[in-house]
Amino acid sequence: MSRILLLVELKGGNDGLNTVIPYADPLYRELRPEIGIARERVLQIDEHVGLHARLEPLMEAWKTGDLAIVQGVGYPDPNRSHFRSIEIWDTASSSSQILSKGWVARAFEHAALPTGDGVDTIVIDSNALPLMGPELRTVVMQDARTFLQQAPLPRDDLVEDGGNPALHHLLAVRRGLNAAADGLRNRLRAASSPAHDYADSPFGQQLDVATRLITGGASVVAVKIALAGFDTHANQPPTHEMLLAALAWGLATFRYNMIAAGRWEDVLVLTYSEFGRRARQNASLGTDHGSAAPHFVMGGRVRGGLHGGHPSLADLRDGDLRHTVDFRDVYSAIARSCWDRSVGFGQRAVQKLNLVAL
Amino acid sequence: MVALGRRYFVGGVAALGTTALWPVRPGLAAAGMGFDEARHLLSRAAFGATPAEIRTVATMDRDAAVDRLLATWHSNALTAPPDWLNGTPDEQARELSTWWVEEILATDQPLVERMTLFWHNHFTSSLDKVHDAAMLFRQNALFRREAFGNFARLLKAVARDPAMLIYLDGADSVAGQPNENFARELLELFTLGEGRYSEADVRNAARAFTGWTIDRKTGAFMNRVERHDGGEKSFLGRAGHFDGNDILDILLEQPRTAELVCEKLWREFVSLAPDAAEIERLAEVLRGGGYEMKPVLKAMFLSPAFRDPANRGGLIKSPIDLLLGSVHLLGLPVPDKTPIARMMQNLGQLPFDPPNVRGWPGGESWITTYTLLLRQQYLRRMIEATTVASMDSAMKRPVEGRSLRNAGSDVELTATLTGIEADELMRTLLPRQPIDAVDTGGAPGAVVAAAMLDPVYQLK
Repeated sequence: MSRILLLVELKGGNDGLNTVIPYADPLYRELRPEIGIARERVLQIDEHVGLHARLEPLMEAWKTGDLAIVQGVGYPDPNRSHFRSIEIWDTASSSSQILSKGWVARAFEHAALPTGDGVDTIVIDSNALPLMGPELRTVVMQDARTFLQQAPLPRDDLVEDGGNPALHHLLAVRRGLNAAADGLRNRLRAASSPAHDYADSPFGQQLDVATRLITGGASVVAVKIALAGFDTHANQPPTHEMLLAALAWGLATFRYNMIAAGRWEDVLVLTYSEFGRRARQNASLGTDHGSAAPHFVMGGRVRGGLHGGHPSLADLRDGDLRHTVDFRDVYSAIARSCWDRSVGFGQRAVQKLNLVAL
Repeated sequence: MVALGRRYFVGGVAALGTTALWPVRPGLAAAGMGFDEARHLLSRAAFGATPAEIRTVATMDRDAAVDRLLATWHSNALTAPPDWLNGTPDEQARELSTWWVEEILATDQPLVERMTLFWHNHFTSSLDKVHDAAMLFRQNALFRREAFGNFARLLKAVARDPAMLIYLDGADSVAGQPNENFARELLELFTLGEGRYSEADVRNAARAFTGWTIDRKTGAFMNRVERHDGGEKSFLGRAGHFDGNDILDILLEQPRTAELVCEKLWREFVSLAPDAAEIERLAEVLRGGGYEMKPVLKAMFLSPAFRDPANRGGLIKSPIDLLLGSVHLLGLPVPDKTPIARMMQNLGQLPFDPPNVRGWPGGESWITTYTLLLRQQYLRRMIEATTVASMDSAMKRPVEGRSLRNAGSDVELTATLTGIEADELMRTLLPRQPIDAVDTGGAPGAVVAAAMLDPVYQLK
């Protein structure tokens, strides 16, 4: 059993409270008198919470049980720096631990992956950290069209770097590149267009490439893409709505394409973000950096529904939500169901989440 | 690609496995600092250097050469500001970045532009958020005025800078509901560094800055006292009715602030691995000298580590280094700066469009599989551009945003590189010996092309 993970980073810190909305809680209106989502604009999914109206494209997946929503995902002693917190998420470290290896690479420690000229993970974004590590051969491409046009570099050299770290890095990149690029280029050239078109936006283009790679039969373990702009400190509502709509349309189209290609059971989609946002709105009609937030898991074998408890609005810590699910438990569940890898990411006790039917 | 001929560059193929520095040329090293050290200094303090420029510096002693780089003849840019009155916001954004590209290519004070870029990267603001090109233009002028002026003065000016007040939401921060964005990045990125302060320090600093905003009519800084939280605050172990000035003064008293700036300078100019003892020494020069920048820059450029030949080629060229340095070196005319700005953007460094508030991480992150492929492609494009004459003039075609038909694969040399021997061409283009074999017996244009496509050309 092996599935491809489509990892979707929501850059900037997505406001979880306006994504999966505790519409029935009067404290929600109190904390967010102006930027709170009106009850009639909430797609109720149970008697407590509902989705933002702009997530409507995901409702079909929700109703067919292809969408799991993990609530209150975070970690103890949350860090509110964008950079530090995304590093924590990307490396699956604890708040006080600095790791340089990505969590997906960590999941493959001591695993016997095939060697040679293949590619294990593909990043169609500038942040490759979750996949970085000697375990995995990663190719970063921001623009598939340019990537395809490029001629391969000469493959040779057993040159030593003379202890120069910059040169060492450069040569390592070049070697990996020469090996990986050829195979990938051929695969993408041969791949047919997705059955359903994506939006002509950077996010849509990333999904388009991801779809072609998967339907073209690339034997990768993960593809990473990203949607940016979630750092909504001021005048949040119009920006956030637009982002949620782009996310929902993109993921719904991806689902259609995977179903059309008969691959929906072979993939898993996971969203993540450095943090949620402060429970109380700020004076600029925005929200400051917070802590826990909900995340989406989608796929043909996902156990749809709500997982984890919604954090209490009555029991905040420094104005922030307390997490109910540790993000490393989500990663453990993903690693188990995607790659049959059993990893706890240094946690003493792994809380088992049944996100995927075996 | 260059065809490999009979004679390979000495040390090229023969030295595979022992990538090495250039052998010393005693004849040239006798007077002044010598060609290779002069090249090293200019590769770090300017944007590319021609053989003539290197030779001039090579005859000077180190002290005089560094003094000359630190001399400022004017505090304003040479390039006339863009005409903001016309044009859509998108056009204004393009004008702003191409204006700076033009200034970097035109300047007679390359280190001033380097430091302006350094401050832009340290005190980041993005057009994407600020939405006001003229405001960012004024912020850029501030960075240029203080390029190697005074860090304390610059920090205080940045805290009141309208573009910064918008970028980090300070303009909207009011008593009772302070916006923490500026205060957090001030502590994390501009002065102390992550882990050197508490969440309470962030919150109290945010309170202290409330009221600093901009006049929406004029776009200028204003202090609206009625919005200021005048209450008592504790900050970094001290208590008082602090305002923004007090917070900045307290931060400037912290030794960590000067260390953080010096660490960044080190990574930018010396090597990817800061030396703790040297950082401490430089930080003392900076703080002890009342945050004047010239003494610390001079101390850094004259430090043994900077001059250590092992550090030559130890930094990775930024996209701006690579692209604008190559244009300068090849003497390429670039009447329209838009294609080159787009190349910079694709390689990950478009001015006024940093990836986030931390700026460009630089170093090894410049080179990924993707950007390395793209860098090679752009260099090929520049080589081709030297060989194709434009339709309407005898001038060589400027750098194009697309491939050119009927283009040659050898560089057609202009005045900057003509009449230079192969050995000196190689020493000009590369900080150390090439990785791939370069046939130095071929035409000089082929030598230049081969050197530019060697991996070592990505280093400085």
